[in-house]
Amino acid sequence: MSSTQAFLEIKGLKKEYVAGKPILKGIDVTIKEQGIIAIIGPSGTGKSTLLRCINRLIDPTDGEIVFEEKDICKAQNQQLRKLRRHLGMVFQEYNLVERLTVIENVLTGRLGYMSAWQAWRRKYSQEDINTAFELLEAVGLSEQAKQRADSLSGGQRQRVGIARAVMQDPRIILADEPTSSLDPKTAVEIMELLERFSLEKNIPALVNIHDVTLARRFAKRIIGMSEGQVVYDGSPENITDDHLKKIYGGESWLD
Amino acid sequence: MARLNPSTAINRENPFKRNWLSTSLWILLGLYLVYSFNAMGLSWQRISDGLGFAGKLLDKMFPPNFSRWELLLNGLGESLEIAIISSIAGIIISLFLGLFAARNMMPGWVSTPTRTFIAICRTFHPVIIAILFVKSVGFGALAGILTLIVASIGFIAKLFAEAIEEISLKQVEAIRATGASFVSVILFSVMPQVFSRFIGFSTYQLDSNLRNSTMVGIVGAGGLGGTLFSAFQRFDYDFVAAILITIIALIMFGELLSNIIRGVFR
Repeated sequence: MSSTQAFLEIKGLKKEYVAGKPILKGIDVTIKEQGIIAIIGPSGTGKSTLLRCINRLIDPTDGEIVFEEKDICKAQNQQLRKLRRHLGMVFQEYNLVERLTVIENVLTGRLGYMSAWQAWRRKYSQEDINTAFELLEAVGLSEQAKQRADSLSGGQRQRVGIARAVMQDPRIILADEPTSSLDPKTAVEIMELLERFSLEKNIPALVNIHDVTLARRFAKRIIGMSEGQVVYDGSPENITDDHLKKIYGGESWLD
Repeated sequence: MARLNPSTAINRENPFKRNWLSTSLWILLGLYLVYSFNAMGLSWQRISDGLGFAGKLLDKMFPPNFSRWELLLNGLGESLEIAIISSIAGIIISLFLGLFAARNMMPGWVSTPTRTFIAICRTFHPVIIAILFVKSVGFGALAGILTLIVASIGFIAKLFAEAIEEISLKQVEAIRATGASFVSVILFSVMPQVFSRFIGFSTYQLDSNLRNSTMVGIVGAGGLGGTLFSAFQRFDYDFVAAILITIIALIMFGELLSNIIRGVFR
């Protein structure tokens, strides 16, 4: 992919759960850079909906999302699955398959590349198995590889969640509030992991995040959303209290 | 007792007033019970007469007669085969039907007809289904196998569907986001969550099919039940006792088998 080409282009994206009450009111965002891009904004403003529209866990009402020269909004079945496997998703509550082992959870990242028949017989390629163990090493969980996912702590689960997303060989990582269920120290470690993988793979990581301080510390670019619209899009240095007031409303919480 | 607020001196309704509707329903139930006893001709005389017959029957049953053990073993073998074939076939069919009937996995136009079909399978008692199959495919084990497959579907497909409806969709969403195909999503996010419950339902059904496989023979659908029925008709009560003991042994064996299966998959 050439450096001038965008990783992702969102044009006029709209989503209405109830007709006439849009939650996304026309989002235009182009992602050209690698590294962490933070999406900040109050709860209920459509951050999660935006990320879920990108990999079509939610179907957008209107607009275009161009990824790898294809419009995700129009993709169906096989084509959609092929696009999805290059969109690694990290979830707020980790969403690991609790009864599978840690290493199996990481390997589920390869399911998009396998037929169900291969998957049923657990015929992962040796290369995939090697990658999975290397990823577990990278996130510091080699010891737990054979444990069941429900035996892990929150921070450990999120590391597995990230390993699973990276296992997909993504062209973009989407992280939906990856740190909000975690303590501050673990949250920083998770952000460091996301930053590290996005830079190693030269891909962007779109991270929804509540914590403005954390966003400022890690993000190369901040997208501020309020009531279904982008109200700030720029570098973290230039974001001012005025912007934050506009994004979150009110000012008593700023000190 | 003095009123708290004398100015609002209205009488409130007594919350513990007799409910005439429920009282009269209880009285009606009592009357119906007395009527039924009379209509059936049940009296202490009848009951004590009956107990006398039971005593004579028990007398003839002992000692059990195992001399026709070949006939017994044949019937037992057939019952066991009917139970195992119908359980395995029923479980495999129910796996798919259960999935199709799960409302969180399938659109309404798939789940509603499947649910209806499962409900129909459960409508009739196995004896009635067995009679229908004996009439349509003829006497013998095939009718018994088909009967118990239908009975298994009616029961466990519904339980499978309910187990699938209770899973966590977060895990499903995560696997879907990897670009996995529908079948892979089922294999990797639905099955791990429901597998142990499926094993529980399946062993229960095997147990229940073992019991029912001795019953379908009574209407001519193969197995030990046929042997039992003809022994009754020929008043061979000592052979009847032998068959009953064999059935108890079979059910015990089924219990043991279920425990082993559960242990293996824990």
